[in-house]
Amino acid sequence: MPKARPMPKASQPLFLARRSYRRRRMMDAARVLPIAGAVILMLPALWSPEATPEPDTARGTVYLFAAWGMLIACAFLLARRLGDAQYEEETAEGGGRLPPQEH
Amino acid sequence: MPFNILVAVCLGYVIVLFAVAYFAERRARQGRLKFLHSPVVYTLSLSIYCTAWTFYGAVGYAARSGLEFVTIYLGPTLVFIGWWWVLRKLVRIGRTQRVTSIADLISSRYGKSNTLGVIVTLMSVASATPYIALQLQSVTLSFGVFADHPPEFWALSGQTETALWIAAGLAVFTILFGTRNLDANERHHGVVMAIALEAVVKLVALVAVGVFIVWGVAGGVGDILARIDASPIAEWHLKPGRFAGLLFVSAAAILTLPRMFQVLVVENVDERHLTTASWAFPAYLMTMSLFVIPIAVVGLEMMPAGTNPDLFVLTLPLSQGQGKLALLAFLGGFSSATSMVIVAAIALATMVSNHIVTPLWLALRTGGVREPGDVRGLVLMSRRISIGAVLAMGYSYYHLSGGSEALAAIGLIAFVGASQVLPALLGGIFWRGATHVGATAGLLIGFAVWLYALFLPSVGESGWISASVMAQGPFGIGWLRPQALFGISGIDPLLHALFWSLLLNSLAFLIFSMVSFPPPMERLQGVAFVNVFDQSQGAQGWTKGRADPEDLLSMSQRILGTEEAQGFFQAQAAAQGKTGFLPDTTPDFIARLERHLAGSVGAATAHAMIAQLSGGASVSVQDLIAVAGETAEIKEYSAQLEAKSEELARTARALRDANDKLTELSVQKDAFLGQISHELRTPMTSIRAFSEILMEPDIPEEMRQKYGEIIHEEARRLTRLLDDLLDLSVLENRKVQLNVSVANLHDLISKAVTAAGSTRPERQFRIERDVAAEHMPVFTDTDRLLQVFINLISNARKYCDADLPRLRIEVRKRGRKVQVDFIDNGSGIPKKAQALIFEKFARLTDTASAGGAGLGLAICREIMTNLGGSIDYLPGQGGAAFRVTLPLRRAEDGAEG
Repeated sequence: MPKARPMPKASQPLFLARRSYRRRRMMDAARVLPIAGAVILMLPALWSPEATPEPDTARGTVYLFAAWGMLIACAFLLARRLGDAQYEEETAEGGGRLPPQEH
Repeated sequence: MPFNILVAVCLGYVIVLFAVAYFAERRARQGRLKFLHSPVVYTLSLSIYCTAWTFYGAVGYAARSGLEFVTIYLGPTLVFIGWWWVLRKLVRIGRTQRVTSIADLISSRYGKSNTLGVIVTLMSVASATPYIALQLQSVTLSFGVFADHPPEFWALSGQTETALWIAAGLAVFTILFGTRNLDANERHHGVVMAIALEAVVKLVALVAVGVFIVWGVAGGVGDILARIDASPIAEWHLKPGRFAGLLFVSAAAILTLPRMFQVLVVENVDERHLTTASWAFPAYLMTMSLFVIPIAVVGLEMMPAGTNPDLFVLTLPLSQGQGKLALLAFLGGFSSATSMVIVAAIALATMVSNHIVTPLWLALRTGGVREPGDVRGLVLMSRRISIGAVLAMGYSYYHLSGGSEALAAIGLIAFVGASQVLPALLGGIFWRGATHVGATAGLLIGFAVWLYALFLPSVGESGWISASVMAQGPFGIGWLRPQALFGISGIDPLLHALFWSLLLNSLAFLIFSMVSFPPPMERLQGVAFVNVFDQSQGAQGWTKGRADPEDLLSMSQRILGTEEAQGFFQAQAAAQGKTGFLPDTTPDFIARLERHLAGSVGAATAHAMIAQLSGGASVSVQDLIAVAGETAEIKEYSAQLEAKSEELARTARALRDANDKLTELSVQKDAFLGQISHELRTPMTSIRAFSEILMEPDIPEEMRQKYGEIIHEEARRLTRLLDDLLDLSVLENRKVQLNVSVANLHDLISKAVTAAGSTRPERQFRIERDVAAEHMPVFTDTDRLLQVFINLISNARKYCDADLPRLRIEVRKRGRKVQVDFIDNGSGIPKKAQALIFEKFARLTDTASAGGAGLGLAICREIMTNLGGSIDYLPGQGGAAFRVTLPLRRAEDGAEG
């Protein structure tokens, strides 16, 4: 009775539809963003401020806030693309079922 | 501003908060949750990260250390834009496991160990108490700024009185709205709504002050940038180590601060809100930080020396005569402080009551949970008392420390303390190998280092650690100096403590995790946490339910409340297909019930309660091994079945083939029997007829001679037929005696060609041979081989239907074997018949051209088998083609035996 056998774990498909493929890459981008952010925010440490005679606090302020705003914009775009789609079609990579809402 | 008006405004604001919380609760009870459950409210509630420390302290911090203050907001920004890594998983785990606090998460992950819950609770209380004191201090200070002409009682009783009043007021609010009910998931709609409102107030207040400073006092953005470069702040230089360290510690704190965990995970009503918060919360933080530097710069420039920079947000508008703006700023600071204290108190009280009070009560009561009594009331009461105690501790700390330190210092110390949970937290959700031994060791070591190297020295040199210990180390041991551990001195004290505490913490966590062995419950929980996205439900921790459903119901009623518990039991019973309130105590049901209870009293307590009722029928190693054994057996059995069924399929296929062949043969045989009886009958008839004639007298001599010859010829035909049959049976039974001799293959083929010439001699038949290749000696039974050759050549002569029949004989040597191919140019043998031609009695046509009985090829095959060779039909040669393969020497008398 072959039906009694436990089903083997569904293997990951080799090729994905374009939509799913895009979403996977969006997930990758979401993972990379904080790392890129950390690098960008640590860049001022490489300016070797001790060497420059004139104060650069104003420049640093503008840079940090510009980088900050850019990161938020990226997060906003990613969140919009990942947002609801995330739960429409959960993949093995993305995870299982959404637990029922309980209030 | 008159003091009384200030108090009135405060009271009015508090009343508004109460009203908002009250209406939110009412809406929630009516089930109208749409607005309460919007991602905007969720994001705004996260803003309790921005406490009074942000509202007032950030400006002071910027005035002292320039741009460094942004690290406190950049760290959380990185965590939120990286929500896909950690926050998403944390929130999912929080929802599936119904986590009530960060202590509950840690305790639940590490096998529902209450020890860990207690440790995390104590650590959280220790690091949050100074932080609460800080909030009280900031509100008190801001009161002081306004109260230019305080009434008598203010001047008399001093500022501590204010702090006491604020603490008491906050305790009342928190108790009222934070312990209204033992919510299934510890959600507090009223509180969340109130802090969302406060978030808006503080944002508006700070932005308003900032806008006033930039465009009202200074001359716009360009002017501000110029002023920044001209101010003392510009002399600040970025220290990479401290910058990175603060970035890290603030990122860690947003995950591990109990109050942040409360709003981030516990109060989360929908995972999707995280998507919005991932960009909206960083945007909120950025807006809060945007005007900090301008306010600090302008404040340093315009305020008299010695003014507390922590209060620039208030004092600057006041000095410019903007009383209403200052009042707004005051309310912003008030909001920041109160919202933080409320949430922190709720989070800490939940932890204290779930991990310390309730387990103690359970342990002290001899009767256990079966005893009547209101657990629900007890939990609620313990929570109320805990809230009061937490606020009392905060007030005491404020009172004892004298409210002298700079605000930011306490904030960072608390951050480092809270971040000690980080290794156990991240390890717990990403690493299945993390154990409670490792987590306990890491937490204790990290906490101890934090206390020794950062917290105690910060209390003041006159306090817990004496100056001599600071300078020379305890008992004169130099490498144990609190701020120069292991002899490495000269590091910033905060960075020093952060580095050593987290390094030793992580090391202990990793090493002890790797050398210890977790019990089954912990391993189940580990899988449930780490692989939370792979499974829809948590690990099952119960085997056979020995609990009485009635006991379970009565216990649940006391925790969840009568109505809810009965509703839950009824729904579960219905799901099992039963009516009434008592479902079967299946492991599934018990696991569900435990998760439900965990939402109210925490995982460890819920587990302990159920364990008491079900007689500790929690899963054990033996059970696991038994289950694993059964599974293995089933797997093996199914593998065997599979193998068997494959074998059966193979056999069935072979049988079907054989059956087809048999059917075909049977048809052939019937035809043959008809044929052979005809063959036997014909000569017998003529023999009988002619012998009857011979019996007549007076027959002429020549006639008798002629008839005698006919009889003889017919008798010979019969004999030949019978000989063939006999020969075949001998060959088939391998009883044939072989006369092995040596012969030249060429000679054998020549003989065969000659002998076969008698078959249909009237036909013109060409035989093509490669004489040169044919010369080779063969050791075999030459007579038998000759018989095969003759048969094949005769067949070709008989059946080749070409107009100019031609037979090609090819001889090839292949190693120790020789192949002799007989290929004619006729129409060949149809594919369907190819499998049958070597069978006995097989006959392709009914034309008995040469009187053969269809035994020729069968005999050939038997002979070749006896000679150690084979005969096969070669398809696709442009005619009928047979390949005779025989060894040059027969195996028995070959050299190698």
